Amino acid sequence: MFLIALFLYAPIITLIVLSFNSSKTRAKWGGFTTKWYVSLFKNDAIMSALFNTLLIALVASLVSTLIGTIACISIMNLRKKTRSLVMGVTNIPMLNAEIVTGISLMLLFISFNFRFGLGTILLSHITFCIPYVILSVMPRMAQLDPHTYEAALDLGAGPVYGYIKVVLPEIMPGITAGFLMAFTMSIDDFIITHFTKGAGVDTLSTKIYTEVKKGIKPEMYALSTIIFLTVLVLLLLVNYKPADRKKPAGKEQSA
Amino acid sequence: MKRYLCAFALAVLLAGVCLTGCGKNGSSKGEVVVYNWGEYIDPDTLSMFEEETGIKVIYDEFETNETMYPKVEAGATVYDVICPSDYTIRKMIENDLLQEIDLDHIPNAKNIGAQYYKEAEGFDPGNRYAVPYCWGTVGILYNKTMVDEKVDSWEILWDPKYKDNILMQDSVRDAFMVALKTKGYSMNTLDLDELTEAKNYLLEQKPLVQAYVVDQVRDKMIGNEAAIGVIYSGEAIYTQRENPDLEYVIPKEGTNVWIDSWVIPKNAKNLENAEKFIDFMCRPDIALMNFEYITYSTPNDAARELIEDEEIKNSPIAFPDLSQYDHLETYTYLGQEGDELYNELWKEVKSE
Amino acid sequence: MNKQKRYRKLLGTPYYLWSVFFIIIPLGMVFYYGLTNRNGSLTFENIAAITQPEHIKGLFLALGLSFLSTIICILLSYPLAMILSAMKVSTKSFVVFIFILPMWMNFLLRTMAWQTLLEKNGVINSILSFVGLPALKIINTPSAIVLGMVYNFLPFMVLPLYNCISKIDENVINAARDLGANSFKVFTKIILPLSVPGIISGITMVFIPALTTFVISKLLGGSKILLIGNVIEEEFTQASNWNLGSGLSIVLMIFIIISIIITNIFDKGGESNFL
Repeated sequence: MFLIALFLYAPIITLIVLSFNSSKTRAKWGGFTTKWYVSLFKNDAIMSALFNTLLIALVASLVSTLIGTIACISIMNLRKKTRSLVMGVTNIPMLNAEIVTGISLMLLFISFNFRFGLGTILLSHITFCIPYVILSVMPRMAQLDPHTYEAALDLGAGPVYGYIKVVLPEIMPGITAGFLMAFTMSIDDFIITHFTKGAGVDTLSTKIYTEVKKGIKPEMYALSTIIFLTVLVLLLLVNYKPADRKKPAGKEQSA
Repeated sequence: MKRYLCAFALAVLLAGVCLTGCGKNGSSKGEVVVYNWGEYIDPDTLSMFEEETGIKVIYDEFETNETMYPKVEAGATVYDVICPSDYTIRKMIENDLLQEIDLDHIPNAKNIGAQYYKEAEGFDPGNRYAVPYCWGTVGILYNKTMVDEKVDSWEILWDPKYKDNILMQDSVRDAFMVALKTKGYSMNTLDLDELTEAKNYLLEQKPLVQAYVVDQVRDKMIGNEAAIGVIYSGEAIYTQRENPDLEYVIPKEGTNVWIDSWVIPKNAKNLENAEKFIDFMCRPDIALMNFEYITYSTPNDAARELIEDEEIKNSPIAFPDLSQYDHLETYTYLGQEGDELYNELWKEVKSE
Repeated sequence: MNKQKRYRKLLGTPYYLWSVFFIIIPLGMVFYYGLTNRNGSLTFENIAAITQPEHIKGLFLALGLSFLSTIICILLSYPLAMILSAMKVSTKSFVVFIFILPMWMNFLLRTMAWQTLLEKNGVINSILSFVGLPALKIINTPSAIVLGMVYNFLPFMVLPLYNCISKIDENVINAARDLGANSFKVFTKIILPLSVPGIISGITMVFIPALTTFVISKLLGGSKILLIGNVIEEEFTQASNWNLGSGLSIVLMIFIIISIIITNIFDKGGESNFL
């Protein structure tokens, strides 16, 4: 157990240590410094990559949650054969190799003369996020008791109002989990972004990939240390609430 | 409560759609899309350009000529200014991807030394398409504490003594150049026997190689990770500054003399801004800033005059007297079939 | 009511259109490129190209390394998941949390960090030489790639396994014990069969990404080792031979489908989360 924890955290500790290294290359230890944390905020390239990453993740997960959830309502009402066909297609982006998904989208964008940039990244991210939403909302949808909704209708609720008042609260945990998963997937994606990004638009992942070759800027270590600590604090807060384990539950669905 | 959440979600969504929409239509007057090698410019010069001209620079980087070319060819991203090397410029000219540059619109281009224009005629006859930006050689960088003998030949890269201490270039032309030159052939050969020999020679070397890298040579050599590396001359000054034990040599068998130049692709949308950008980069003070930042030799004679440090101004590494060396060549474009042949052989080396 | 049903079906239209345009058509394009040559005429040579020695080597190496990584992941995760599910609830969420947390550090950076750790003058070797042990030489070898794969994908094996094992009804195990089964028997006859769905989804989530990766092999293999993912990536980004790249992608997809079919044969319960 301890060994595995060490295995998991050794690289992370290395990165945190490197963020305090005053030497510019990771190969040398040049003494303790916090200057990278200061220069980080002046580094436009990294800051805009961070902004892009967050923007893309937020928009992609929101759009995919919306499209995915509405699609679930429709899928539930399909005939069995059509339904399994739709679910089969839905599974493709999840099961297929990311590199093939990335390439296929790149070929699509080129053939249809899309201008590569933030827009193409966003379209690709939405594409691979929707399946995660559908797969976490569907089980909830299936567990629904149709009679509650019908009862609401009988009591005079309109179809839309009925859905929002009755169905939505029931499937909300699934939606939240789907949203979180989409958000995580989008933030961490490199391969698909690598093939669909355009000039001057970088996410953190693609920025790091370019930097890996030239030597990573120490500001990047500083940024990841900050992100890591933020997530650590957030997760600790969520975990120490009495009604906890929401986060792990979300992840379990993904598994 | 939920309804507010929905409303909020919708609002963010709309904002997002707007933003991406703007991103899509952003190609109005005020920008120039530049595609350059990684770490090949002083970022301050970009912001100075933006301040002085009010033109926004959209800056993108590539790692090798080979990764740059397909992107430009596909036209998925439309660039205004690109900085490829000699043989790739030739390839782009032949495949009709470039437009002629009107030097009247680039008054500062006169700062580039005449001998570099002459050199550039090799791939750009009449100097119609390219304005030189940086030049240099490919050579051996070695660590004096790990290598005792005199280094003057590529053959040291095949010396079993340095097993796991050798860094080779992960780019097809440079790797084959080293092997072909060591064997005494031209690095632009299309002779299958010579190439096969070079391929086998590279295969022979593979067990000795620690890694195939491009820009990482720099970091690894500074960190004493390897004893010998194949590197571009421009990195030599930088690495020596960081680690004084390093030494750069041009091997006696000859090497590649390259010139990276600014070109404007045919489909460029902001021609005028592209010209302004190239002109700005040719300005002596800007060229000097770039030289000091990236330490690659500048063909800009006016900028070289401005260098204060006499030692660097006359440094044989930054400004070598090429007449002292034999067997120097510049890559030529090999044609589609030639490219494919090289790629095929290189893949065979790497997959072994 | 029927009218309403039709109306509800229509709600899915955005998604159906989306998946046609962004899933089916792009895949169609891969097939189009893979089955034609530069001039656009039909050919199978891009698919047959897999038999070329440098491609087949990349494929087999990728299959071998990802198989090995998957096995190592299972061997590491199983005991771990058992320990986890036996823990108290409060500790449990903490431990699960420990596994999820590293995934929030960018995976390129984490893999990159292994390079720093494993390098010749890296952290691990400094420690080893400090205590007088011989240096570890695995950077730029297949072992380093396996290590990178296991490191990156281990949580994807632990979590579904843990999820599955912790759902096993205590009473079933107790009943087995009451009927005289020893620990070994309980494990082989009850826990193992009941955790099959977890293993299956774990395998899918480890094997396929490992099989198709090009990043890990690039960062930890020093570009000396080409996996099929690297070959495909380079066909697109360097050699600009999209037809060949697509042809090899089709072959890769065939192998993915095969591996899914194989795992599903073992998953008799059909409870896999994916299919």
